Amino acid sequence: MSMTFYLPKDASARAMGADAVAAAITKAAPDAKLIRTGTRGMTWLEPLLELELDGTRHGFGPVEPGDIAGILADPQGHPKALGPVTDIPFFKTQTRLTFARVGVIAPTDMAAYGAHGGLTGLRRALSMSAAAMVEEVKASGLRGRGGAGFPTGIKWDTVRLANADQKYIVCNADEGDSGTFADRMLMEGDPFTLIEGMAIAGIATGATKGYVYLRSEYPDAIATMNAAVIAARKGGLLGDLLGSGQQFDMEIRVGAGAYVCGEETSLLNSLEGKRGVVRAKPPLPALEGFMGKPTVVNNVISLASVPTIFANGAAAYADQGLGRSRGTIPVQLAGNVKFGGLFEAGFGMTLGALVNDIAGGTATGRPVKAVQVGGPLGAYFAPHQFDTPFGYEEFDGAGGLIGHAGITIYDDSADMLGMARFAMEFCAVESCGKCTPCRIGAVRGVEMLDRMKSGDPVAQEVLEDLCETMRDGSLCALGGFTPYPVLSALRLFPDDFAARKEAAE
Amino acid sequence: MKDFRFPEDADFGTPAKSGAPVTLTIDGFEITVPDGTSVMRASMEAGIPIPKLCATDSVEAFGSCRLCLVEIEGRRGTPASCTTPVTPGMVVHTQTPKVAKLRRGVMELYISDHPLDCLTCSANGDCELQDMAGVVGLRDVRYDAQDTHFAQRAATGPNPHYIPKDESNPYFTYDPSKCIVCSRCVRACEEVQGTFALTIEGRGFDSRVKAGAGADDFLTSDCVSCGACVQACPTATLREKSVAEIGTPDRSVVTTCAYCGVGCSFKAEMKGDTLVRMVPWKNGKANRGHSCVKGRFAYGYASHSDRILNPMIRDKITDPWREVSWDEALSFAAKRLRGLQDTHDKDSIGVITSSRCTNEETYLVQKLTRAVFGNNNTDTCARVCHSPTGYGLGQTFGTSAGTQDFDSVEHTDVVIVIGANPTDGHPVFASRLKKRLRAGAKLIVIDPRRTDIVRSNHIEAAQHLALRPGTNVAVVTAMAHTIVTEGLADESFIKDRCDWEEFAEYAEFVSDPRHSPEATEVYTGVPAATLRAAARLFATGGNGAIYYGLGVTEHSQGSTTVIGIANLAMLTGNVGRNGVGVNPLRGQNNVQGSCDMGSFPHELPGYRHVKNADTRAIFESAWGVTINPEPGLRIPNMLDEAVQGRFKGLYCQGEDILQSDPDTKHVAAGLAAMDCVIVHDLFLNETANYAHVFLPGSTFLEKDGTFTNAERRINRVRRVMAPKNGYADWQVTQLLANACLKESGSAQWSYSHPSEIMSEIASTTPSFAGVTYDLLEEKGSVQWPCNDDAPDGTPLMHVDGFVRGKGRFIVTEYVATDEKTGPRFPLLLTTGRILSQYNVGAQTRRTANVVWHDQDVLEIHPHDAENRGIKDGDFVKLASRSGETALRAQITDRVSPGVVYTTFHHPDTQANVITTDYSDWATNCPEYKVTAVQVSPSNGPTEWQEEYAEQAAQSRRILPAAE
Repeated sequence: MSMTFYLPKDASARAMGADAVAAAITKAAPDAKLIRTGTRGMTWLEPLLELELDGTRHGFGPVEPGDIAGILADPQGHPKALGPVTDIPFFKTQTRLTFARVGVIAPTDMAAYGAHGGLTGLRRALSMSAAAMVEEVKASGLRGRGGAGFPTGIKWDTVRLANADQKYIVCNADEGDSGTFADRMLMEGDPFTLIEGMAIAGIATGATKGYVYLRSEYPDAIATMNAAVIAARKGGLLGDLLGSGQQFDMEIRVGAGAYVCGEETSLLNSLEGKRGVVRAKPPLPALEGFMGKPTVVNNVISLASVPTIFANGAAAYADQGLGRSRGTIPVQLAGNVKFGGLFEAGFGMTLGALVNDIAGGTATGRPVKAVQVGGPLGAYFAPHQFDTPFGYEEFDGAGGLIGHAGITIYDDSADMLGMARFAMEFCAVESCGKCTPCRIGAVRGVEMLDRMKSGDPVAQEVLEDLCETMRDGSLCALGGFTPYPVLSALRLFPDDFAARKEAAE
Repeated sequence: MKDFRFPEDADFGTPAKSGAPVTLTIDGFEITVPDGTSVMRASMEAGIPIPKLCATDSVEAFGSCRLCLVEIEGRRGTPASCTTPVTPGMVVHTQTPKVAKLRRGVMELYISDHPLDCLTCSANGDCELQDMAGVVGLRDVRYDAQDTHFAQRAATGPNPHYIPKDESNPYFTYDPSKCIVCSRCVRACEEVQGTFALTIEGRGFDSRVKAGAGADDFLTSDCVSCGACVQACPTATLREKSVAEIGTPDRSVVTTCAYCGVGCSFKAEMKGDTLVRMVPWKNGKANRGHSCVKGRFAYGYASHSDRILNPMIRDKITDPWREVSWDEALSFAAKRLRGLQDTHDKDSIGVITSSRCTNEETYLVQKLTRAVFGNNNTDTCARVCHSPTGYGLGQTFGTSAGTQDFDSVEHTDVVIVIGANPTDGHPVFASRLKKRLRAGAKLIVIDPRRTDIVRSNHIEAAQHLALRPGTNVAVVTAMAHTIVTEGLADESFIKDRCDWEEFAEYAEFVSDPRHSPEATEVYTGVPAATLRAAARLFATGGNGAIYYGLGVTEHSQGSTTVIGIANLAMLTGNVGRNGVGVNPLRGQNNVQGSCDMGSFPHELPGYRHVKNADTRAIFESAWGVTINPEPGLRIPNMLDEAVQGRFKGLYCQGEDILQSDPDTKHVAAGLAAMDCVIVHDLFLNETANYAHVFLPGSTFLEKDGTFTNAERRINRVRRVMAPKNGYADWQVTQLLANACLKESGSAQWSYSHPSEIMSEIASTTPSFAGVTYDLLEEKGSVQWPCNDDAPDGTPLMHVDGFVRGKGRFIVTEYVATDEKTGPRFPLLLTTGRILSQYNVGAQTRRTANVVWHDQDVLEIHPHDAENRGIKDGDFVKLASRSGETALRAQITDRVSPGVVYTTFHHPDTQANVITTDYSDWATNCPEYKVTAVQVSPSNGPTEWQEEYAEQAAQSRRILPAAE
């Protein structure tokens, strides 16, 4: 009997030893079929091996090479057997729309992509007018998943209505926020979804050329995307789109290691070969973007959510969610976490449900002290705020932001003054240096926190004024959001800041 | 509030725009501005300044300093006013508690990283950072900053952020410790100058302004020292050394640069009668606030110790000079001149007018020969540069001048640059051209050398036609062939504006297959496909403009090429509107003016022939004399006649013919044969070695007058200090005239101010009829013709029809020059100039500009160098049929194999020893650009150079003044 194994080739699985597992399988069962897929997103189970039994994929994890013989001998009875993968609670409770195929298929297998619902969205899009397509995106309620939450349909409409000889679709894959990995998992697990989303965006706006600006720290994603682009050209997903006569092609461009190039205007500068410094807006990139031409700049997840919207209709997508936050969001659970990974669900779950129920609290087992939501520039939340529902407006109202939906968990041993200092230091290291509040302010912020640590009674007032200057005066979100973690740490955990002061006195 | 007006050269923060009117409210005042204007500029125009540091209106808004934040009703947050465009009905508040606090917060950050040495800083009182600290009301800096860029030492050792001052540039310093990283310098270098020498290196707190890359400093980087960065810097970071030495200026006078024909307006900033610095004037219509290294910085010659301040005479040129009083010198000169006229004849003396002096001065010099000497023996250095322009454009269009203003380049789509090297010769125009090229205009360069305009940072010519020197006519005619035979001519324009029959004849001529690119390729060296592509581009690429220089005129067929260029413009319908036209780039500051003022022996002011009795009558009645109806002698004829013993006396104002004119040996022989050579100059120039009378000249800083630039723009020159020699040049000419008139017992001249001379010019010359000093004061400048038909002057010529009536096509038969290469002289030498030096170098060699070019070098292709065993930097002998000299070789592929190139800025090289006496068939303009030469290794200066140096030293001896 021929066996079919599925094993992630995702960077997180490989980091946990998936390649050695693959080698062990090939050696132990040379006749078995081994399909390398993306990841299911349950990082604590990686390498998560799946074996198809009676048409159902059963999971084993975390698997080591030495486990293979036992699994081959007695799959069901193996101690690492997890039962049907889709029944694992972390997975079962998700609503996988954007990530529907991630972990399921081989990333660059065009046939598998089609067999699992791929290209349906593009086919429908090709039958629609550009205006109707934009309306579809507007109706879905999709907002920018990079963090800003700007309505994607409105951005597309601006580009669609702009008059130019050339327009572009630029995918922001410079996923630099610590604790986030949704873009990477999508690109490594189901790159055609992103390509399809970009092609649809191209048709809707009149853009014939796309770029994925991919960070250099993602070598696997770069390789997968490049392979996918070649496969897509062969498969009609790029070039003459499905033989329709509509043209769209794209390239993968690799960044050079600057966090700030995830900011859309510095990304465009970098893409043009210039210094990655922030541009003032206006002009909006939608009107004067890449090479001065109208450009859609969308995050990976925004674009990758487009095919499902077109395949199943805007209403199906908009059915998910809460308030003005429609559809699903791939939450990334990281830090000191028991069940780390990617969890796609409709907006509206509370922060507490995500941290405690889904993520299972801390890995150390100690109480959760704080969580940082939205990357290194996101605000800290303390357990008393855990009833905040996951949504753009809801987090804004609570003094935070959801950003790229990364949640980093800290236990009660975290030094929040140190974390505040880290936020300023991060800003100082990553600042592009253009605007004064960020360029000088971040350095002074570190100095002020050091003064607070040494018990300087004046420093807090200066720090708070500095945070106001940075928040309201900075040119982009890097300097503008750095005060979020700093001030939230200060407000939520004053003792962490005051204790040092007392100690010094 | 609305009654308040900023000075016209105030900084409005962001550039002016030209959209439809938009009305908004700023702090309760309604203001209407063009669409696209920033809130910052609108506010300034309403009389409400907004604090700013990174914004300045010479460059686009950047939005980095965050001082100009405002609140706008209905908008979130505090947008930067510099980057926010106005919208109709917008309600802006420039001062709210919110923005006031933010601005103070930003200033506190700036000052936390700034050395507070204001009282001893060279920018004290002239520092925008200082001003803004006051404006925002900063009262305290609470950061006890640990990490800074200004402290030389940190707590634990040397401060790694500290970078010492860069003093490598001779004129300004870069002090990184005072830098606020506003990027104004970087943006000025990119947007205004177009050199891209500066960048920001590092990021975040490590962001630093950097010239070049790696170990470069300002001097070794690509920096061309134009001063745009210094101009843009709001602090003492980039600062003129002169200000550091002298202190900040306390008054300023707007005047006009005395270098090239661009005619940039400058503010001469003064302290007492000391010039502190020259700052480009933003309202100058030629330069729009930009400058180059010469005009901006190279004014030190005016106070150089070589300047001669007292008149001197000597009986023989082998005698040493004797300093005498003005009276003695003038009467000595007048007696000699009148004596020569008595013993020989009236026509035995003459004058050479200067293209560096003012219109008024030039007018007086030609008047001197016509009204006092009684002949037409006047010529000018335009003879040796742009005389073919006068002839060629006069014949085809009807005026002897360029058709456009410089602003026109902002509307052009395809530019032909032929025989010009604007980045070196006309740098401020080149910057404006490069800006347009970066915006997408296409460029065709026709030049034997790969000049910087062919390819440099962020610009590249679509086509470079690297022709063999001397084949301009063939190339231009082949372009016309392509346009006509491919049906690309603009026939409706030609029918409408030109003589159709002449066109038909011309079309038949150029259509002949012998003019095809394929046929001419053999001797022009330009591949046919390249030439055809260039011709197609020019004919079909939109607004086409042609800019040309001495590489066109200084040939035996110089006039023919000018005619060919005019033909091309007419053929493609590119005359008479913005963005097109034919534009000679004039070499010297007032070469246009000296031509306008009747400097040529056959023309009275306004290009009217002396044989024309009506014109003579105007001047005869104004001057009370009879004017000789026969044209006088051109410079080469004067020298020929001198050698023949028939021309004996010369008054030469502000020109050094010995160095600048071709075939130096012949010039020297001519001068040596004269009995009275009067040199009127700042320095004992090379010509003065053969002079009997030296009359000290005044600089452009020391006199009033006007210069006329390449766009026919009459700009005011204003006296900012008293003449160090005692008299302005127009006064000296008047004194000489009066000394001569005294000898003959005639009535004296009595001008008391150049404005009176301009009145005389206006009353006698129709194209200047409307020009008065009052008008120039009011308008800043005007372009001639300025008269009742065009009271504000004429920016564009030939708008509704050519001045001569119908545009005239003239056939342009290529005739190869007689100067041919052969076994003895197998290479072709062509000459030119370099950015840092000007003309014969009399001025620039006496400034720190020599750091960029301290000697003339010979550019030679690696192939030719290899054949001759020449290595880079070797001394080589350069020989032609006329003479030989030695200089150092520079091996470069800028020149093609078979072509060598040098400059003529240094008298000890004397490139013109080499050049021949071949000249333009129509105007005698010398053929500087083509000389057959041989190059060979050499040990050092030639015998001729050594003899010349010895003779010059002997000739420059000055006897100590009598006790």
